Amino acid sequence: MKIRVHVSLKPGVLDPQGRAVHHALEGLGFAGVDDVRVGRLIELDVADDTSDAALTEMCEKLLANTVIENFRIEKVA
Amino acid sequence: MAFRAAVITFPGSNCDRDMAVAIERASGSAPLRVWHADAELPERLDFIALPGGFSYGDYLRSGAMAANSPVMRGVKEQAERGVPVLGVCNGFQVLTEAGLLPGALMRNASQNFICRTVALTVENSQSLFTGGYDQGQTIRIPVAHHDGNYFADEDTLDRLEGEGRVAFRYAENCNGSRRDIAGVLNAAGNVLGMMPHPERAVDTAHGGTDGLALFEGAMRTLADA
Repeated sequence: MKIRVHVSLKPGVLDPQGRAVHHALEGLGFAGVDDVRVGRLIELDVADDTSDAALTEMCEKLLANTVIENFRIEKVA
Repeated sequence: MAFRAAVITFPGSNCDRDMAVAIERASGSAPLRVWHADAELPERLDFIALPGGFSYGDYLRSGAMAANSPVMRGVKEQAERGVPVLGVCNGFQVLTEAGLLPGALMRNASQNFICRTVALTVENSQSLFTGGYDQGQTIRIPVAHHDGNYFADEDTLDRLEGEGRVAFRYAENCNGSRRDIAGVLNAAGNVLGMMPHPERAVDTAHGGTDGLALFEGAMRTLADA
């Protein structure tokens, strides 16, 4: 089973990287970009019987730092 | 009895030797050197130090991999029993990732790696680690980090300040840290994490010796206990 874990900074947490990318887009002449947030995509290939609880635990224990990050688990196939 | 300290080395630690030298200079005893994969941390330790560096190449997040390495189980157990634990720079990141200290260290607000000596204010001179300083004293300690931007939510920050758990603040905020926080204590006061490197300021050849008072103060407090 293919899993995608999307990790993103929580709203309200300053994202210096996103801000730098935002500036760079403006520098390239792209208008109308209001905000940029940079996150992380982690792809897992796990056994088909892996439970949702186990996936959530993987995210909470390692893949995301829940002090500053949110995560979303997507089952691809 | 000889002072029994341990310095933990992770793959990518690079301040472990400096930390060992600083502890030996203050205590008179060379600390034990412990490798991250050692499942058993030596017992009867008086002091545990997690050094700076780039453990596991900062993969995933700074300190995230080291926080889950075998030796950290022992560090957590001993910390919960009251053994003093000092984490500097990457060691501070490991302590937050391991849940031994609140908050997180994020990328510096400037996006730049910062390597220079900064002024710190001693916010709490009553802790186990800061007895060598006066309350409100300004000290000069080197920083060298990319991810030193301390973050915690407002409630946590209020609690840390209310409980005297902010040990050090930057006199001038160099990295975007919330409320200029450079070092924090756990609730019991036996775990300190700080981004600046006191072990890099223990000899006049370093350009300053303000860091030595941290080690000497802690060793003195522990010897008197």
